[in-house]
Amino acid sequence: MPTHYYLVLSFVLFLIGTGGVLMRRNALIVLMGIELQLNGGNLAMLAFSRALGDEKGHVFAFLIIALAAAEAAVGLAILVGLFRGRQTVNLDEATLMKR
Amino acid sequence: MGVLGWITLLPLFGAGLVMLVPREEESIHRGLGLATSIATFLVSLLLLVNFDSAQPGFQMEINKTWIEPLGIHFHLGVDGISLWLVLLTTFLVPVTLLSPQAIGIRNIRVREFTVAMLVLETGMIGAFLALDMFVFYVFWELMLIPMYFIIGIWGGDRRLYAAIKFVIYTLVGSLLMLVAILYLYVQFKAATGSFSFDYAELSHLTLPYVPQLLCFGAFALAFAIKVPIFPLHTWLPDAHVEAPTGGSVILAGVLLKFGTYGFLRFALPMFPLAAAACAPLIVLLSVVGIIYGALMAYVQDDAKKLVAYSSVSHLGFVVLGIMSMTAPGVQGALYQMLAHGISTGGLFLGVGLLYDRRHTRRLADFGGLWAKTPIFAACFLVIVLASVGLPGLCGFIGEFMVLIGTFTADKVWREVGMHNFFPAPKLVGGIAASAVILAAMYLLTMYQKTFFGPLDKPENRDPHVRDLHGREKWVFGIVIAAALFMGLFPQTFLSRSDKSVEAFLTGYRDRLHDAQKDPEAPTHVFPALAAKTAPAPTPAGGTP
Amino acid sequence: MENLIFNLRLIPLMPFLGAAVLMLFGRKWKRDTVLVVAAGAILLSCFVSIDAFFAQLPAEGGLVDTLWTWIAAGDLKVDLAFRMDALSGLLCLIITFIGFLIHVYASGYMEHDPDYARFFAYLNLFCGSMLVLVLGDSLPVMFVGWEGVGLCSYLLIGFWYKENANADAGKKAFITNRIGDFGFLLGMFLIYQYTGTLKFTEVAAAAGAGSPLLTLSWLGAPVAFWACLFLFIGATGKSAQIPLYVWLPDAMAGPTPVSALIHAATMVTAGVYMVARMHAVYLLSPGALAIVAGVGALTALFAAIIGFAQNDFKKVLAYSTVSQLGFMFVGVGTANFGAGVFHLYTHAFFKAGLFLCAGSIMHAMSGSGDITIMGGLRKKTPITHAVFLVCWLAICGVPIFSGFFSKDAIVAGAFATDVYGPGLEWVGKAVGVALLLAALGTAFYMSRLYFLVFSGSETRASEEIQHHIHESPGAMTGPLVVLAIGAGLGGLIGIPGGLFGHPEWNLLAHRLESVLGPELDVPKATEGAFMAVSTVIALAGIGLAYVFYGGGYREPAKKFAAAAPKFVQLVRDKFRVDELYAFLFIRPIRFISKAIYRVIDRAIIDGTVNAVGMVTGAVGSIVRRFQSGDGQGYMAWFAIGAAALVFFATRPGLIKNDLRVTTTGLSVEVDARHGGRASQQPVEYEFDFDSDGKPEITGTSSLAHHTYARPGSYKLTITAHNLTWGTTNVEHERIEVQ
Repeated sequence: MPTHYYLVLSFVLFLIGTGGVLMRRNALIVLMGIELQLNGGNLAMLAFSRALGDEKGHVFAFLIIALAAAEAAVGLAILVGLFRGRQTVNLDEATLMKR
Repeated sequence: MGVLGWITLLPLFGAGLVMLVPREEESIHRGLGLATSIATFLVSLLLLVNFDSAQPGFQMEINKTWIEPLGIHFHLGVDGISLWLVLLTTFLVPVTLLSPQAIGIRNIRVREFTVAMLVLETGMIGAFLALDMFVFYVFWELMLIPMYFIIGIWGGDRRLYAAIKFVIYTLVGSLLMLVAILYLYVQFKAATGSFSFDYAELSHLTLPYVPQLLCFGAFALAFAIKVPIFPLHTWLPDAHVEAPTGGSVILAGVLLKFGTYGFLRFALPMFPLAAAACAPLIVLLSVVGIIYGALMAYVQDDAKKLVAYSSVSHLGFVVLGIMSMTAPGVQGALYQMLAHGISTGGLFLGVGLLYDRRHTRRLADFGGLWAKTPIFAACFLVIVLASVGLPGLCGFIGEFMVLIGTFTADKVWREVGMHNFFPAPKLVGGIAASAVILAAMYLLTMYQKTFFGPLDKPENRDPHVRDLHGREKWVFGIVIAAALFMGLFPQTFLSRSDKSVEAFLTGYRDRLHDAQKDPEAPTHVFPALAAKTAPAPTPAGGTP
Repeated sequence: MENLIFNLRLIPLMPFLGAAVLMLFGRKWKRDTVLVVAAGAILLSCFVSIDAFFAQLPAEGGLVDTLWTWIAAGDLKVDLAFRMDALSGLLCLIITFIGFLIHVYASGYMEHDPDYARFFAYLNLFCGSMLVLVLGDSLPVMFVGWEGVGLCSYLLIGFWYKENANADAGKKAFITNRIGDFGFLLGMFLIYQYTGTLKFTEVAAAAGAGSPLLTLSWLGAPVAFWACLFLFIGATGKSAQIPLYVWLPDAMAGPTPVSALIHAATMVTAGVYMVARMHAVYLLSPGALAIVAGVGALTALFAAIIGFAQNDFKKVLAYSTVSQLGFMFVGVGTANFGAGVFHLYTHAFFKAGLFLCAGSIMHAMSGSGDITIMGGLRKKTPITHAVFLVCWLAICGVPIFSGFFSKDAIVAGAFATDVYGPGLEWVGKAVGVALLLAALGTAFYMSRLYFLVFSGSETRASEEIQHHIHESPGAMTGPLVVLAIGAGLGGLIGIPGGLFGHPEWNLLAHRLESVLGPELDVPKATEGAFMAVSTVIALAGIGLAYVFYGGGYREPAKKFAAAAPKFVQLVRDKFRVDELYAFLFIRPIRFISKAIYRVIDRAIIDGTVNAVGMVTGAVGSIVRRFQSGDGQGYMAWFAIGAAALVFFATRPGLIKNDLRVTTTGLSVEVDARHGGRASQQPVEYEFDFDSDGKPEITGTSSLAHHTYARPGSYKLTITAHNLTWGTTNVEHERIEVQ
């Protein structure tokens, strides 16, 4: 399969993820969007790695997977904190940065 | 790690320790902070023991590679000039931490306050000792941050305004200084092919006139803001009024000294030609500052503001002494720095105590307090008199030497071309000397309004207005003892800085002569003006 | 030094120790303990002084005790050293002896004061400072004492601090003195600059050798003139001379023993002492001496006139002190230094006695010092009266009493002096005449005081006060009697023996010559004549006063007051000099400072700073709208930004911006390919070498050759097409071919 198939798929994944991050109001969904973005990135890494016969892409993919897990943990913790504090996970109601 | 490293980093370790103690244990925070600062003071006494006063150069140096590719070294060293300033720092911090009023009446976040003070101490000591421009700059900025928090968190009602004003004012100067440092760094690379931030190496760089003027301008601006020299002083009253007592003491006692120290250590020796050209301007501003600060202090109703403006006046003497370029003048300037640290630190401690008792600083709200607080009144009187410059107490020596240095500056001023502007150093000295009258006017007025007169305001009769007790007695006792000692035995101090000051003066003069041999080198900022006023025939032979 | 039992340094140290101990512990001690410590300290230092004084008599140049090097930097070196010679020794004796008496007196006077210990601590501190002042071996050490006594004066005037008026008076004294100190400092600096030393002996040596430096011209006069003038400004502050005398009358707000010790006997004479000490420099400048004498004479006369109309016991004495100090300055100003110091010495006794009498009387009068309500106290307070009588006769200059000799020495010296040189001979005569008038005035107002207080048969006070009138306790009258003896007979150590052919009778002048140089040579005839004239004048003043006030207010006095009420009021208001100073100096300084503070400091300087801040803030307030606080919004911006960045960063540099164009003759070669950028899609280039819209070459190669038909200048346009990145156009500047 040509490389750009993978790339297109990764781009689509990334776009879907970005859309989720930007448009959804539920913080949980936003986190999921971020995961999608990361996986889109991962896919591109792997595709290039395969096309160029270079192992570095794999290494980065693993790194990103670990990072995604950490990010999910921290993000969910923040989310729980937010929910405790405000009884909501709706991002429109969390505008502390505004002042 | 040598003594210098220990002194510098000990407070930082202490700060780390304090942070580990849970928030509730306020007395442990205080105790630990105090213990650390006292330990630092004791270690700094080792400096005194090991110091060889016959040697003019830097001693007890440590020089470790820090960032190799950029030529940055962790280079510290002490000479007669920085020795006493370091000791002043290590002396004032424990005194401040000992004072129960250091945090001010909003007695919150003791832990963070202690940490801020200790980090501040590291910054101050490091900046006094640094011999690498990069390290100096790091410590210089390191001082700024804790002080920002001290004013901004524990300050009075307008604390944010004051804190931001303080930071921005200081940053304006110090960023320009950074640019100048980097310029020197690049020039050094161009001249020698290697990178170095080392003070000694960079100061041997001889720049052409115009870059020198620009670099001097950048350095001098940074230091002038810190001093502060008129008209860059308006951050000072605000910062002092809003800062908690401890902040004010350290700010006035040590931080302001960085301005004058910077002139002595960096601005003058590194850029002699530019310094000579700008000298008339600086002398003029310092004299204006002496009188101006005194007049402003005279009309203040807020005790802290009054003391703040008095600092402007007193620091003017320091700058004047340095610019007199005579041994008594520079020694006097150095001494005045120390004396001002003690006396003004004491004044702020006193005002802080008043504020603690009465929750006001307006002079009109006091009156007749001697009857309520006789011990405090007596202690405060001694400190006021030290600040007025009564012989026998610390303030007199510095002023006396600065003035005598200025009076006898004829010869030196001719060399640096200042005679074109000030035909008579006597005139300058005479005008500056009139501050002794003004100092008595504003300080005694403050004292009288506070302690004399009838005890007629009900708030002042409140049992809450207590005399000194417990630790407060120690605080004031220590300050007074220091003021007396400094007034009676100045030679203890002067003899140790003697050689370094001499080296500073001869070094400056030699470099100036070398630079002036270059026929292209103009000696004035405004050559046209200088041409108009022909060098005045000198009236006298100066000192024999 | 080996003749000494004790070190010289003990003399000031004792009182200092006493002061320190009393300040630290005195508050909890019994009154007797306080007194023993305070008076004991002075007594000890008195003993040491006596010992040292007699030890130094044979010593050439006096005794020196160096404690340690005080200040040294460069050429400047100041030792903390004391020197006792005849001059400082005499002063030490006066200070410690009278100081001791006044301590004893004060134990009675201050008996009921709650701040007993504080009072004695200050008093001891004062004595210590005063001793440093006179013993100091150099100008800076003298200045330590000089400022120290100023401080004690400040503290003691404002001792009863609860009254704002007292505190004000103290502050006024301190600040006025500071103006003088400013002059003192400048004088000191000038001397240092031109002689390189501040030590009295070395300065005197430099001046005595006709130091070329001190006689250099500066601002149109010799340096010595300016130095002396500035030092004299210091003296006018400390010794209450015109124009800085205004603080002394107000200083009477302090407790009476303080007025006696500080503001009559010792501190205020420091200026005279200083001029005598610096006599070698003053002798270099007749002009400065003339100013000293002139100011002294003017002050003597002026203060005497003010003394006519004062109704407060202590105020009369205060102006009298100012006036007598004027006499002393005439003494030193006519180069008659010994006489000035002699008068200082006699004045210390009789004026201290007068003040202590005033205290005793006020004690008796329930604290009131208003002489208009006194009268007839001769019988009610017999001891005080007797003492006052002696002191009064002494100050009036009645023969045999001490003031007679010293005043006469000054007056005769003024007429005999020839120190001013050509052109200024008249100065001596003029000040002499002024002094004679002042002496008449002195006799008049002192007699007025005496008659109004003691003579007559009835007291004008209210019944209640009269009821309490009593003689003071022994602690107060004892010192009074001792002082009276001094005031009566003290002059005998300075009798003008030369008049009778026995110069050695004059014990004092003989001793002082070792310090002050040879005594002024006064012809016998002058001396004798002025003795007679002085006596007549003193008696005339007393007689005139008797006519006006003998036994109370008499008709002539009332008539005179009624005849010129405005003038009397003006004199009573002290010629409104205080008001004038307030109008000229104090209020303008305050006003100008306030104006500068509001306009320059707050509005202009700080205003500029704040304006800079506000501009930044204004810009920020516009920019801040982009910061909505909405995280997703930020991310959207971020995404847009990232996309734009990607687009521009990876935009096909299809054609180089800096085309490489090589011309050879009429042919031209162009390379349009951007280096390094790879694209999957081929790029179609169109080369239009003459920009006429019709490309000459098209194809996927970025390299193109073309040969123009004619030489000339052409414009090149290249267009590139790519499926992904679209179309790019580049126009090239003119291509010249020939």
